[in-house]
Amino acid sequence: MSETLLKLEHLEVNYGAVRALKNVSLEVKKGEVVALLGANGAGKSTTLRAISGLVKAKAGNINYANQTISRFDPTQIVALGISHCPEGRRVFPGMTVLENLRLGASQRRDKENIQADLDRMFEMFPILLERKSQTAGTLSGGEQQMLALTRALMNRPKMLLLDEPSLGIAPLIVRQIFATLSELKKTGTTILLVEQNVNIALNLADRAYVLRTGEIVLEGSASELRANSERVAQAYLGGGIEISASRAA
Amino acid sequence: MNILEYTFQQVINAVSQGSMFALVAVGLSIIFSLLRLTNFAHGDMMMVGAFGTLVMQLAGVPFELAVLLGIVISALVGIIIERVAYRPVRGAPDVTMLLTSVALTYILENLGILIFTSSPRNFPLPDWLGASFNLADGRISFTSINLLTFGLTLLALLFLAWFVRNTQVGLGMRAAAEDLTASYLVGINVNTVIVVAFVMASSFAGLAGVLWAAQAGVVEPHMGFTPLLKAFVAAIIGGFGSIPGAIIGGFVLGALEVLIQSLPSEWGLGSYRDAIVFTLLIAFLLFRPGGIVGVKQEVKL
Repeated sequence: MSETLLKLEHLEVNYGAVRALKNVSLEVKKGEVVALLGANGAGKSTTLRAISGLVKAKAGNINYANQTISRFDPTQIVALGISHCPEGRRVFPGMTVLENLRLGASQRRDKENIQADLDRMFEMFPILLERKSQTAGTLSGGEQQMLALTRALMNRPKMLLLDEPSLGIAPLIVRQIFATLSELKKTGTTILLVEQNVNIALNLADRAYVLRTGEIVLEGSASELRANSERVAQAYLGGGIEISASRAA
Repeated sequence: MNILEYTFQQVINAVSQGSMFALVAVGLSIIFSLLRLTNFAHGDMMMVGAFGTLVMQLAGVPFELAVLLGIVISALVGIIIERVAYRPVRGAPDVTMLLTSVALTYILENLGILIFTSSPRNFPLPDWLGASFNLADGRISFTSINLLTFGLTLLALLFLAWFVRNTQVGLGMRAAAEDLTASYLVGINVNTVIVVAFVMASSFAGLAGVLWAAQAGVVEPHMGFTPLLKAFVAAIIGGFGSIPGAIIGGFVLGALEVLIQSLPSEWGLGSYRDAIVFTLLIAFLLFRPGGIVGVKQEVKL
């Protein structure tokens, strides 16, 4: 297998007195798509927020491309090529589609390639070209998700953090977005995907981790987990902590 | 004097007055939209700009250049207070930032008193700026300061409109005002955005200070207080945190003040001008807190 791009070691995050993550360790290899599964409040989004520097880890270590980034601020992390497409899309509602996309390139040094990338995004989702001059707040939920995704891609990320790209979106558009994600996977973009929809996530991912109350309770290859859906369900809901053999390996 | 001429004269007065309010209110709104900070020290940037110009003039610099340098000085002071006072409390509860800005007001005004004493000083103007123009046999009159106030405000606001639409920092400014967390996530350099915002707000206030001093003929350390309060009213009735709102609010307030004063004197409302203005403020806060443009309450996630 290829080299490790991102590695979390014994990560612990607190929100005030509430412990959101306790001892989370995971790794994502270069070119891999890894899904992070779990019920609401399990700590999936917190994990992504810790990686992108929005929350600081209380203990543990975040390693990206052989450097420790636990103390970096969010801007530095974006500059390293980690794009975070956040939960709830968080497009800038009063700004146009084009302005949103241009902001996605804030940390780019190669200004001359930005126009070509904009064209690429519009090719990926032609509806965005049609809506280019509309403010993002006037788009449908699905269109906003396309915008949030392409805005993240404007950074030319080496690593993409995706938080619930299917949430509250019509099934047809979810399929369109995941088709795009699998294209991205083919081009070698590394993805860490948080998703409530287990089936759709395991279809895209190579491997997956299941989080429950801030701890990893199950991990395995996607095919392994697809074949053992009752184990995944059990890991979601509770019961004995169970870690697959692949973790020890 | 017929009604048309009278109206025209009042429109000139209103536009001139409104320009000044808009210029100060825009800065308040920009800073508020980014930091949720109600910057009381903003009015003192007027004082800094006016005194800066005065000092440069006394040092023998020609007036036009002195004004430019005065504005640069306000921008520099803006950068300094952001770095020294506001950045350390960024992210603190709103009331901490509010108190910081009140403390800054006292520091800046007392520094002004220490250096220049509290007595008003004459603000010398070049001859061309003192000129007044008469139309319709003197029934309509205005000064070059009126013209300059409107002209420079228009230029400043057009520049701002261009800046927030066409530059990366300007786009970042609007983005950070809409959603700070998302701005961090797309890699906007929020520190740069905030420093640039302070530069803009402070230089606009500095310019307003020079124009205010030119109209009043004097400068004094507390000169920023009244315009600050008026700019607050303007920013709130326009929609606090919105740039177009601040501009609209500024001109609406200017028009309203002039209207109140142009009412027949036997109605006796002229002396209640400020009372009427602040009653309007309370009415807006109660019934339309989003102001004229209807700023939406931000959603914190």
